[in-house]
Amino acid sequence: MIKALIIDDEPLARSIVSEYLLDFPQIEVVKECGDGFEAAKAIAEVSPDLIFLDVQMPKITGFELLELIEEPPAVIFTTAFEEFALRAFEQHAVDYLLKPISKARFVKAVEKFLSQSASSAKEKTKSFIEKVQEKEENKLDRVLVRTGNNIKIIPVEKINYLAADDDYVSVHTDEGSALKKSTLTFFEKNLDPDEFVRVHRSFIVRIDQIIRIEPYEKESHKVILKDKSSISVSKSGYAKLKAALEK
Amino acid sequence: MLQTNQQPTIQRNRFLLLSCSIIFVGWSIIQGGLLFWYGTTLYAAIIDSLISAAVITIACYIIASVLYYYQPQKEKTTYILVWVISLTIISLAVTRYAIAWIIASEGYQDSIDYSLPLRFLAAGLLIGCMAIINVLWNIQQNNRENESRKADAEKMAREAELYSLRQKLQPHFLFNSLNSIIALITQKPDLARTMVFQLSDFLRGTLHMDDQQLLDIEDELEHLQLYIDIEKVRFGHRLNITIDKVDAEDAQLPAMIIQPLLENAIKYGLYNTTGQVDIQINVTKQDNLLNINITNPFDIDSQTKQKSSGFGLRSIERRLFLIYGRTDLLHTNAGKHIFTASISIPQPE
Repeated sequence: MIKALIIDDEPLARSIVSEYLLDFPQIEVVKECGDGFEAAKAIAEVSPDLIFLDVQMPKITGFELLELIEEPPAVIFTTAFEEFALRAFEQHAVDYLLKPISKARFVKAVEKFLSQSASSAKEKTKSFIEKVQEKEENKLDRVLVRTGNNIKIIPVEKINYLAADDDYVSVHTDEGSALKKSTLTFFEKNLDPDEFVRVHRSFIVRIDQIIRIEPYEKESHKVILKDKSSISVSKSGYAKLKAALEK
Repeated sequence: MLQTNQQPTIQRNRFLLLSCSIIFVGWSIIQGGLLFWYGTTLYAAIIDSLISAAVITIACYIIASVLYYYQPQKEKTTYILVWVISLTIISLAVTRYAIAWIIASEGYQDSIDYSLPLRFLAAGLLIGCMAIINVLWNIQQNNRENESRKADAEKMAREAELYSLRQKLQPHFLFNSLNSIIALITQKPDLARTMVFQLSDFLRGTLHMDDQQLLDIEDELEHLQLYIDIEKVRFGHRLNITIDKVDAEDAQLPAMIIQPLLENAIKYGLYNTTGQVDIQINVTKQDNLLNINITNPFDIDSQTKQKSSGFGLRSIERRLFLIYGRTDLLHTNAGKHIFTASISIPQPE
């Protein structure tokens, strides 16, 4: 049995998908979710094989939801808008359906999913997420992190500094720190360079959090932040920091 | 822009260079040939024709530049005639004294003076022709520029019109509603039918509305009700919208000014809570202002500046400014759990 999840904020939009799915007895709809939070929890609980995902949703968008999931399932997007990312990276997603969704188009999308091996469909989702992240045109204004089954939205204004931690980045705020599966290079690219500086291979700091800069060993420095943390600054990081402060 | 400005300059320089070379070469050959034919020595014919051609070419260049940089508007012909005659006289004088200085023979000087009327006529005609060609060229260039400017303006107007049409149709709302109708067709055919009519009425209303047109508050609220009914079907029991109107009879307001605010309220209300959403619309009239307040639940913690909503509010602000010339008519207030948008519409005395 293939486990499917329908995620859409409109009840009628969910019902049309489940109605169309009646023609596929091998697919079972295990749950319907009205927003991304609910969906993230449900995905962790039932680990579905396939999700039908609306892009525009309450609290977090469909794309943001995917970024939060450890092992993303195969995805068929549903959307009223022809989203740029969907068109651009179509080959990386299983498929996308434009609303209003026609039966014929729906059947084609599901058959496309069924014809693929489960692992290749999941791989596709992963590379889709990577592509969307790479292409993110907007400056980042919030970071979504998971702590257990809870999702936290951290506005970038609250970030004090970021530290690299293996495959993760730890996001430090006044309320503590949280891990996010990402890279510092991604953050460096998408955070406002007037507000954040990468001072070290492993650190990005928020400029207005800096209290003072101290020399440390030969040729390198340290910055002391308002939250009392002390962060190493590399030689090239020091040059970048100086340039940013002189602006 | 740069491209279109540079292109004619290059074209013009090429044209000027070409015509000046033709004048110089043509004039020296013709004059030299004529002089030699009428019995001048070869040496004198060459010197005379080269000097004359050079001076004439310079004069032509000057007239072309003058007409290019100081394009005459009125009394065109007099202005051009004065320039042509003065340039001809000056060039003849220069030619005569230059030749006399190089070929220091009195006999030849006399023959130049003797042929002066002829030379005057030929030089005057050539410079005059050059002037006319340049005037025509400039006129044609201006026409071309005007045309491209007109085409640009038309293109911009068309794009603006398309944009406003697209705004009116609200594709996101339209397609989502159609999707809901498709779901309803099998489940609740009657409701599907009702919704098709609501959607048609709403779209008809939107298409007929003019940006500058003022509507009675009752009509605007009726139109808004269609929108609310559709949204209620889309979002089911989660959406609860109440309208309170107090003492606001016969007030007027710009068409479709509340709907974008309500759309924002629904979007933020729904998108930031997962339970029931209460949206309150209050319409009151005080002194000469019609006040409309829209409040929706809102969670400041999960809120971020989202670009799309800011645009909606900005476009309302812009419309109000275009109609009333005031920028203080729209206010928003984000509390911890409640978001309020207020607009004030000035009423005639």
